[in-house]
Amino acid sequence: MKTLSLAKLKKGQKAVIKSFTNKTLSSKLIEMGCLPGETFVITKIAPLGSPIAIFIAGYELSLRKDEADSVLIELIL
Amino acid sequence: MLDKKNNHLKIALLGNPNSGKSSLFNSLTGLKQKTGNYAGVTVDRLEGETTFFINNESHPIKVIDLPGAYSLFPKSSDEEIACKTLLDKKEEIDVVVIVLDATSLKRNLLLATQIIDLKIKTVLVLNMIDEANSQGIIIDILGLQNTLGIDVVCLNSRKQEGFDNLKKAILNARISSSVFYNISTFNTEFISYKEFIISHIYSKKTESDIENSDKVYRFNIINYLIAKFVKTPAQLSLKAITSKIDAVTTHRVYGYLILIFILFLVFQFIFFISETPMNWIESVFLGLGDIISTQLPKGALNDLVVNGIIAGISGVVMFVPQIAFLFLFIGLLEDTGYMARASFIMDRVMRPFGLNGKSVIPLISGTACAVPSIMATRSISNTKERLITIFILPLISCSARLPVYTLLIAVMYPKSTFLGFFNSQGLVLLFLYLLGFVAILLTAFVLKRIVKTTESSFFIMELPVYRWPQGKNIGILVYSKVIIFIKEAGKIILAISIILWFLSSHGINKEYQELEMKQQKLSSSYQTLAIKKENKQIETQKLEQSFIGHLGHFIEPVIKPLGFDWKIGISLITSFAAREVFVGTMATIYQSEDSEKSEGIKQKLLNEKDETGKPKYNSAVCWSLLLFYAFAMQCMSTMAVVKRETKSWKWVFAQLLFMSVLAYVSAFGAYQILS
Repeated sequence: MKTLSLAKLKKGQKAVIKSFTNKTLSSKLIEMGCLPGETFVITKIAPLGSPIAIFIAGYELSLRKDEADSVLIELIL
Repeated sequence: MLDKKNNHLKIALLGNPNSGKSSLFNSLTGLKQKTGNYAGVTVDRLEGETTFFINNESHPIKVIDLPGAYSLFPKSSDEEIACKTLLDKKEEIDVVVIVLDATSLKRNLLLATQIIDLKIKTVLVLNMIDEANSQGIIIDILGLQNTLGIDVVCLNSRKQEGFDNLKKAILNARISSSVFYNISTFNTEFISYKEFIISHIYSKKTESDIENSDKVYRFNIINYLIAKFVKTPAQLSLKAITSKIDAVTTHRVYGYLILIFILFLVFQFIFFISETPMNWIESVFLGLGDIISTQLPKGALNDLVVNGIIAGISGVVMFVPQIAFLFLFIGLLEDTGYMARASFIMDRVMRPFGLNGKSVIPLISGTACAVPSIMATRSISNTKERLITIFILPLISCSARLPVYTLLIAVMYPKSTFLGFFNSQGLVLLFLYLLGFVAILLTAFVLKRIVKTTESSFFIMELPVYRWPQGKNIGILVYSKVIIFIKEAGKIILAISIILWFLSSHGINKEYQELEMKQQKLSSSYQTLAIKKENKQIETQKLEQSFIGHLGHFIEPVIKPLGFDWKIGISLITSFAAREVFVGTMATIYQSEDSEKSEGIKQKLLNEKDETGKPKYNSAVCWSLLLFYAFAMQCMSTMAVVKRETKSWKWVFAQLLFMSVLAYVSAFGAYQILS
């Protein structure tokens, strides 16, 4: 499976977190429960394309598109 | 700050945002809470008192509600204050109560294990346990308790269940012997986790790699704990009801329609519905003033109490209905979880201007009044976005500008004229409102590049599930905001209004004394129409001879390039109290028959001639005044509330300077071009 950025996903798609490309953002994301290996679903994308909401670790988390761009993921089909 | 007495137990509530920590704080302390300040930051400090009655013994307790935090590595000023306060020896915190949202235990346990490693007496609260159970999440409390080494209490703070167990656990709190992350094996520099965290917070040396390895290590243990003690349904998904509501509230059409409807409601309440209670307050204080003025002997003291102090207090209390209504809405929107959605759909719109999605509510209520709106910016957690919102808010055309606008537009266009299809008076008013909005967007856009903060602007936040709002939480919010306003902003407003009253009703020169004598003679004679008229003339002359009258003359050279004379100068100074005072002062100066209605003063202004015999209030002067009032601060209450919310005079004066320059330059431009 090839990795792609979280920002590329569509609503309803399921994926697993692989790694991060931005250190500052990664430390915030990790404490919010976005750990490598964690699976999540895209629950909503705001009308103007950003922010995005994902269901992860038992709750819903929102993040901006450029923040999502720093998260590398692998799609689960 | 509360004094520490030896017999008090001091507990600190700590937890993730949305964990129900504030609900618990409200349940524990009720109205026995007060808002204070943390030194040097804009975060409010919440403290309260309560007494635990256990086995016929009473235990006095002090509670401090720390700002929400996700971990001990602070990412926002809220988190930094929470960590610093927790670790501050002077705070003398005896027990930390960690509040966890049982429905998302994994994320919440990160902070819990970090606190346990600090080796402070700790109690762990599993809040919203019923919600977790109904989702099929079953937690082995005893197992968790034994592994964590501290008491674990289940709580449903919304239904007031589990409080007795919590009280007992707090009184018997202990330091856990468990260690989750043994710092000395990773970094030999530190002998304790506390030392490591203190060094991270105060000297900021830690690399994000070290920070992340701490968190990843903990999450590995947490995963193990959850696998062992928590039964989770195989397919955990977003609550169906939240999903359904969100399908509407974050929809690309309905989402915005709902937000517009809510903003419209807020506007209605602050702009129109507040008017009725505000009129009540005004008449109560007028009545009170009447009673006191007849009871007290006539003289300087009577004048000070009635026209200075009571009028000043009335001016403070006048804001209470607007503040109460606005925070009622904000409480509802926050408590239900809607606020996060409003922020979600507005982020992309507001962000280019350095504003937050949550800025939209203060900005709309700002069209009614900047004072409650500036207080409402507190829900914006990012300091920079909050400061920018506060800075631009007074530029929006508020309701106090309306009487000024109406009068000047009526002087400019005495009869309704039509520009094609449009009424010209309406067009000018619309233009002034639009001007306000353009001004705030441009200012925000510029400020975004100027204001520097160390805090990074994230939008990485939780979208909490929808919950029923709790009357108690909202009631306490409204109550505490009203109290804060009266206590902190109120004293500044009162002080300035007494000074303004003194300057406008006192004078030292001979003319003033003579006028006063003359007026006293008049008051004892029979009040015929002629006497009343003469009295009015004396009032006008008195104002001219008062301190403010002289100030008006004094500033004339400065305001002359704007087309203003000393009469307008006097009105500019008196209306620093509030913009609408302009109309009343102009009425006094021009001896309008009917000072309450703008019709009389309108005629007077239309008849006023300049030195060359042409009408004084031509369109150049009117536009100059309109633009001046559109941009100038001219509101002491706004300044008082900005001081209270930013906790510094620096922002107040920066704002005053900016708005004054903007007002002066635009009024100057308008007058020079049009005349």
